[in-house]
Amino acid sequence: MKNITKSKNNLYSLGALVLLLGFLAFLQSDTAGYSYQISILERSAIYAVVAVSMNLLTGFTGLFSLGQAGFMAIGAYIVAIFTIPVEARASVYYVSGISPVLANIQLPIPVALLLGGLASAALAALIGIPVLRLKSDYLAIATLGFSEIIRAFIAAPMFDTITNGSYGLKNIPGFSSIFTVFGLAALCIVLMVLLIHSSYGRAFKAIREDEIAAQSMGLNLFRYKELSFVISSFFTGVGGGMLAMFMRSIDSKTFQVSLTYDILLIVVLGGIGSVTGSVLGAFLVTSGRELLRFFDDPLVIGGVSIPLFRSGFRMVIFSILLMVVVLFYRRGIMGDKEFSWDGLFGLIRRLPDRLKKRKTSSAAPGEGGLKQ
Amino acid sequence: MTDKKNILHMDQITMQFGGVVAVNGLTLDVNEHEIVALIGPNGAGKTTAFNCVTGIYQPTYGSVSFQGEVILADTPQGKMRRLYAGDVTPASLTPVHKTPDQVTKLGIARTFQNIRLFGNLTVFDNVLIAKHMRAKQNVFSATLRLNHKEEQRMRDESMELLQMQGLAHLKDEIASSLPYGLQRRLEIARALATNPSLLLLDEPAAGMNPQETQELTDFIRQIRDDYHLTIFMIEHHMDLVMQISDRIYVLDFGKLIAQGVPDEIQNNPKVIEAYLGVSDNVDD
Repeated sequence: MKNITKSKNNLYSLGALVLLLGFLAFLQSDTAGYSYQISILERSAIYAVVAVSMNLLTGFTGLFSLGQAGFMAIGAYIVAIFTIPVEARASVYYVSGISPVLANIQLPIPVALLLGGLASAALAALIGIPVLRLKSDYLAIATLGFSEIIRAFIAAPMFDTITNGSYGLKNIPGFSSIFTVFGLAALCIVLMVLLIHSSYGRAFKAIREDEIAAQSMGLNLFRYKELSFVISSFFTGVGGGMLAMFMRSIDSKTFQVSLTYDILLIVVLGGIGSVTGSVLGAFLVTSGRELLRFFDDPLVIGGVSIPLFRSGFRMVIFSILLMVVVLFYRRGIMGDKEFSWDGLFGLIRRLPDRLKKRKTSSAAPGEGGLKQ
Repeated sequence: MTDKKNILHMDQITMQFGGVVAVNGLTLDVNEHEIVALIGPNGAGKTTAFNCVTGIYQPTYGSVSFQGEVILADTPQGKMRRLYAGDVTPASLTPVHKTPDQVTKLGIARTFQNIRLFGNLTVFDNVLIAKHMRAKQNVFSATLRLNHKEEQRMRDESMELLQMQGLAHLKDEIASSLPYGLQRRLEIARALATNPSLLLLDEPAAGMNPQETQELTDFIRQIRDDYHLTIFMIEHHMDLVMQISDRIYVLDFGKLIAQGVPDEIQNNPKVIEAYLGVSDNVDD
């Protein structure tokens, strides 16, 4: 019986995958016509990688870090510097010129992405030595500070010949197709999921649950925290590199704190400790922002222009929606559970009952309130 | 007491927090295959003494040896040199500080007074985590599943352990959802999963009714024999302590006030005084 359900669920998963690939192929067939949809999906996939890597740290190891934007910046700049075509470099570094050391080095894209991730990981290893001794909020503040320092370094005039300072970098080669983006994102996420379900993932979770007990199980706290931080930063760096290729041009302002908050929002909305939640969150948040765009356009009803409908109003609506979601799903959409077909079908079956219950006992306390 | 091999030796352990001397010149020995109990009124410094053995605290003065190897040693330094208020005059010792995980690797496992399970994880995962420490693998082989033999071995051993502890049918339950008594039992099972030679139990019978306490008594004896353990425990239930301990140490206000076999302790006026608070007219 168990095996039948399992193979049935595998069949559903395969079906969903085929459907997704078909949909992507459909979009890919007319890149010019669907460029808007493609760009939303690509950005979502990239954010999903970064969100899952943040979840690895926050949700599975219990380390609340806010350094994502900084590590993304490192990955992005490494990829940009080493992949801009040599012949285009003069026009990119038109102000101060390019450092002669870098002028003729051009790396293949996969190598550059890997290098971006490794550079992020190396810096994380270095930063981790002092900051991982801190706990909770203090760790968040320290990593936030480092992230801003990285950004300040990138924008500093001294490094103009490397980072092109405040002018940013452009002419970064883009992705050849949406499949590359999704394939790469899937590869990163699968690797992280495999890690989470391995013996090391269990060690991370033990540290999240109880540091003293984890220590008395023979886990060296610093070593495992550092490991989690380095791996998370590696994938954040790769995600940053992908973002650079997606945007084609970057500057230090791309990697402001608000980028970290976007990722944090995705992680919290999806559910801290849920990989599928983070992926779902990435697509919902990124596309939600775009779908609400019509709130920014002027609205005229019966010749009267509604004054609220103007540029920026969609962010107000978006924030209200977020508050509603957080109020009703206090632990994010997925909580710390993972997506499963059984869960989905169960939810659909229970939905009519639940709606009935809501109506009959509207005064009953929220179901989250009684759970511990 | 003398012909057995010494497992744990605490030598003049003094633990001072600011001006408070929580443990004052404690010297004790635990020998192979013994069950030794550390008792004393609340706040006597029993748990602090445990924390000094497992490396959670670095003692202010004194040394701890495990199977002949010094695992912790220190002598007052810096500001502590001026503040030091222990009874023992400190001699100079070379500081040694093994961290709790290193101590566990050497073969000392422990449970906690207030149960510290990995609450949101399953019973099986709780035990499996303890196996991680001794597994031959690295993060790449584990992620890419090149370690499946090792992983399988860890799973088999954990399952076997759960079966022996009668927890196998609960393996997929969330640890924090278990009843109190079973949580205690799981915590012991998890400690056993680290393959210890010395097991420290911090109030294993806390919150248990007389029947559960009796079961625990048998259980402790049984695991000692099954796993060739030496057991060092803190306990308040005198029935339990008197029944199973080979020797007992009594601590009061950080100082050792008595030691000996259960009969000696039961009739020791100092112990009765410490427990009942009688200052004069001790009935013999």
